Order: sequence, then C-alpha cells, then structure tokens
Amino acid sequence: MTFQITIDGRPVPVTPGQTIGAALHAAGVRSWRTTRFGGRPRGLFCGIGVCFDCLVTVNGRPPERACLLEARPGDEVTTS
Amino acid sequence: MTYDLMTYDLVVIGGGAAGVAGALSAAQRGLRVALIDSGARLGGQYFRHPAVPPHPATSGLDRFVRQTRALSERAELLLGHQVWSVSREPGGDLTVHCVTTPGDGSGERPVEVRGRRLLLATGAHDRPLPFPGWDLPGVLTAGGAQALLKGNGVVAGQRVVVAGTGPFLLPVAAGLAAAGARVLGVHEANGGLGLARHPVLALAKAGEAASYALSLARHRVPYRPRTAVLAAHGGDRLEAVTVARLDRDWNVLSTRRVACDTLATGYGFTPQTDLGVQLGCDTRRDADGSPVLAVDDRQRTGVPGVWAAGEPTGVGGWRLAELEGRLAGLAAADDAGLAAAGESAAREAGAALPEVLVRRRDRMRAFARALLEAYPVKDGWQGWLRDDTLVCRCEEVPLSRLREAQDLGATDARSIKLLARPGMGWCQGRICGYPVACLAGEEPAPPRRPVVQPITLAALAEDLSAEPPTGGPS
Repeated sequence: MTFQITIDGRPVPVTPGQTIGAALHAAGVRSWRTTRFGGRPRGLFCGIGVCFDCLVTVNGRPPERACLLEARPGDEVTTS
Repeated sequence: MTYDLMTYDLVVIGGGAAGVAGALSAAQRGLRVALIDSGARLGGQYFRHPAVPPHPATSGLDRFVRQTRALSERAELLLGHQVWSVSREPGGDLTVHCVTTPGDGSGERPVEVRGRRLLLATGAHDRPLPFPGWDLPGVLTAGGAQALLKGNGVVAGQRVVVAGTGPFLLPVAAGLAAAGARVLGVHEANGGLGLARHPVLALAKAGEAASYALSLARHRVPYRPRTAVLAAHGGDRLEAVTVARLDRDWNVLSTRRVACDTLATGYGFTPQTDLGVQLGCDTRRDADGSPVLAVDDRQRTGVPGVWAAGEPTGVGGWRLAELEGRLAGLAAADDAGLAAAGESAAREAGAALPEVLVRRRDRMRAFARALLEAYPVKDGWQGWLRDDTLVCRCEEVPLSRLREAQDLGATDARSIKLLARPGMGWCQGRICGYPVACLAGEEPAPPRRPVVQPITLAALAEDLSAEPPTGGPS
C-alpha cells in the first residue's frame, strides 16, 4: 500500500502518512538543497520542524520543511 | 478565518502529553476548549506515531490514544496549525494567531483563535552542540532519528552512532537497534560509571530505563561513558566520525575513527518558551541554566490567564508533562468556575488541587532536576571546534567569525549576533542560540521572537486586515 513521488523525475516510494523528508531519507536521498554561501548539501537534521535545514521545493511552491510536509501521490520534488 | 461564535474558555497550544492532558481535564470539567498543534496528528514528540499502524512500542501510547479520542469529542482540535504570535485584547482575552496550509494547494492562510485562558504546552527540541562536520547530511539530532522511526517507520541508517549526553540517548539507541540498525556505540559524554550505575537506573530504580539497558545488551550495543563524537567526515554525506575518550571536563584524551552512515546526536533539550516570553511571562533558570517559564503550584505563569505545563516549565519527560497538564487543566477549570461565580478573591488563591497529584508532580520535578544535574554540558566541547566549524548552520557562520566579532568588541551574545549574524537565519537561533551563548561565556537568554514561525506576507496582511474575531467559523 504505497504510492510514488518523484525527485528530479526519479521515483521515490512513500508509505501513506510519511513526510517528504522521511520518504526521501528512506530512499537513500540524504540531501536535496545546497546552502546559499558555501553550497553545502543539506537534508534532514532536527527532523521536527525546528532547524529549517530540510527546506524543499515541492510542485514548484515556495520552500517548505520536508520533515513536516506530508507527501501526497504524485508530488514532484525538485532540487537545485 | 476566525473560529468560534464565542470565545473559548481555554485555548491549549501543543498536542503532546501535557497539552492533551490539560485540554481533556478542562473539557471534562465543562470548559469550551480548543487545542492547536502544528503536527498532522496529536502526540508531540514522545507520543509521535504514524498515520497508519503498526504504532511504535511507546510506553503509555495506548492510554494517550484513548485520551485523544475522548478529547476529540469534547474539544475543537486544530491540527496542522502553526502559531506565530499571541496577543492580548483590550478586554483581557487572548488571541492566538496561526497559519495553516490546506491540502488543496490554495496556499497558506491565517487563522485566529480567541480564548479567555491559555495553556502553553509547547514542548522542547533537541539541543545539539556544533563540531566539525555536524552539518553533513547523515548527521541527525537524536530526536530527529526518533521522529523518523516513531512518526514514519523509517530507520535513520544502517550503521549508526549515537552520541551526546542525557538519558534520552538510551531509548533512541534501543529503538534503532530493535528496528534493525547496527548501532555501533552509545557515546555518553558524562558518566564514567557505566550503564549498570547509570543515574537513571540509580534514581528510578528500574522500570523503563532498565528495559532500554536490557535492549542495548541484547543487541550488543556498546555503551561508552566519557566518550563523544568530535568530528564528522564525508564528502556530500556522512562516512565516518571521530570518537574521543574524554576527561571529566570533556577535554580530549585520545581519538579513533569509526565508519558509519548516520549519527544521532543531542546534548539535552531546549524548552520552547518563546510564546510565553512574548506574552511577558517571567522566566527562571532550570538546573542546566536553560531559561524556562516560571509557574506557581497551580501551573500559573506570572501573566494572568496564562498557564504552562510540560517542558517549557523545565525538561522532565512525558510523565511529568502529563501530570502538569492535568493540574493546569484543573486549575483553569477552577478559575473559570470562580470567575463565573464572581468570586475574584477566591480566584486569586485558587481552589485546592488534588493533593495526590500535586505531591506526585513535586516528586517528579525533583527527580527531573537531579537528572539535569547528572548530565551537564561541560565547557570542554568548545575545544572540539576548529576556526572553520560552522556554529550557525542557517547563516553559515564559522567560529572564526564569532571570534572576529569578539575581537571587535562584541563581548556578549547579543552583540556577537548583531555583528556576525549567528541566529539571524530561518531557525531564529533555536539551534545555535545555546552554543553561541556558551561561546560568549553566558547562560542562554530567554528567546525574543516577535514572530515565532515564518509566515508569508500575504497571510500576514490577511491576518492584520481581518475583522476582530467575533463572527464565525467564517
């Protein structure tokens, strides 16, 4: 009983109720953005909506916290 | 959008152990209650559980789920609502300003909830310490690893190191090991006594803590007191950590390298007090120096109509949080009854609360204090940093820039922040506030955040132009 989202077109399986961040992390994707100054890779850190490291672009919307955002079927995550 | 035909008797912020217990005990006494939480489900951090069973093996979770069912029949639950501010109305009522993002893609929208009374049950978050490489993907807070497991059924990694200080490292390591991760070690920077004489076991005399210890033994997870992770290594993700033996002040005695894909780290917790500080609640120093909301025997803050329960009044775990929540709910219900009867003098003193609950709370509070004292953060960690180690992850401020600011005359944490910008990014200093204060030689100041959550300008404009909250649900 899973569905799919994509990251840069690549499929990622999701168990219903999982956050975007959890689904990406489970699929072995550890980072999905780079920092403004140092270009350093960032993914999950605090995991509970506090640190904002895991900001992610989904369906072209402004960045949201991947650790809080529940994944929906067909969500398109884009990096860079 | 404004909820409500009439103002709620009690608005509770936070749907963890404290908030749910407080909301339920007040609602059972007949108060009209609204509970607001940012998450998709009630539970907070400790009772976090996935949308779809199986639920994690969390002590007390069954009872909590029953409480939430009872609560959903008696109170308004506003999930997925992030509170960004609380304001006082001229008549004395409190307006809680939130934003929520409906799933229909229509974007963020403001919601106001008004109450005569407020219960702050906003919990706490991990308190990580910076070290070289701590921003590499694969380095998680201990609570982050736990949230992945409890809320999403995701095991954070395959070869995992757990490091930091405090009793919370035990359930995190035990949970990861039971879920199939190879936990290479639990590195407790304090201690020196070994797991058999761990303060939790000594103070609590078995129970939950003993079961974690047994679980670690069963999965052959080494527990190493007086050790810490000094550095994380890797290109674009974590590949190894440097583990050090420490002296009692956390100075490094020797090091070795351990290959791993995940690190879960935490050095205690930071109570979330910002809404209370915004309202003008008094704070006090907890045993570890953290600013927490000062409350009286009835969980009342210094601000009329505002109660607080759980970690914002001092870190103490879910059992204490639940008890404080219950007491706060009962006290708020008494206050409402006495207000209705026009007994203002009696209202000031408050009716007696159940003696057995009060005594249990006081006992658990003393235990919580003893635990905090058993797991201090020692200054030696500052020697683990290099010039280029990021202290502030959001604004990418390395230690060298903090030192430059100090050389330029910024002697306190606030001046350092203004010159070098640590704490001025997205997280508003939630992560780096503690280490920056330590590096400035201060205890952390109560957090001053006029807007405690990011809000879009569109939602802000809509909130400001909204009619006073009287109509409703509109």
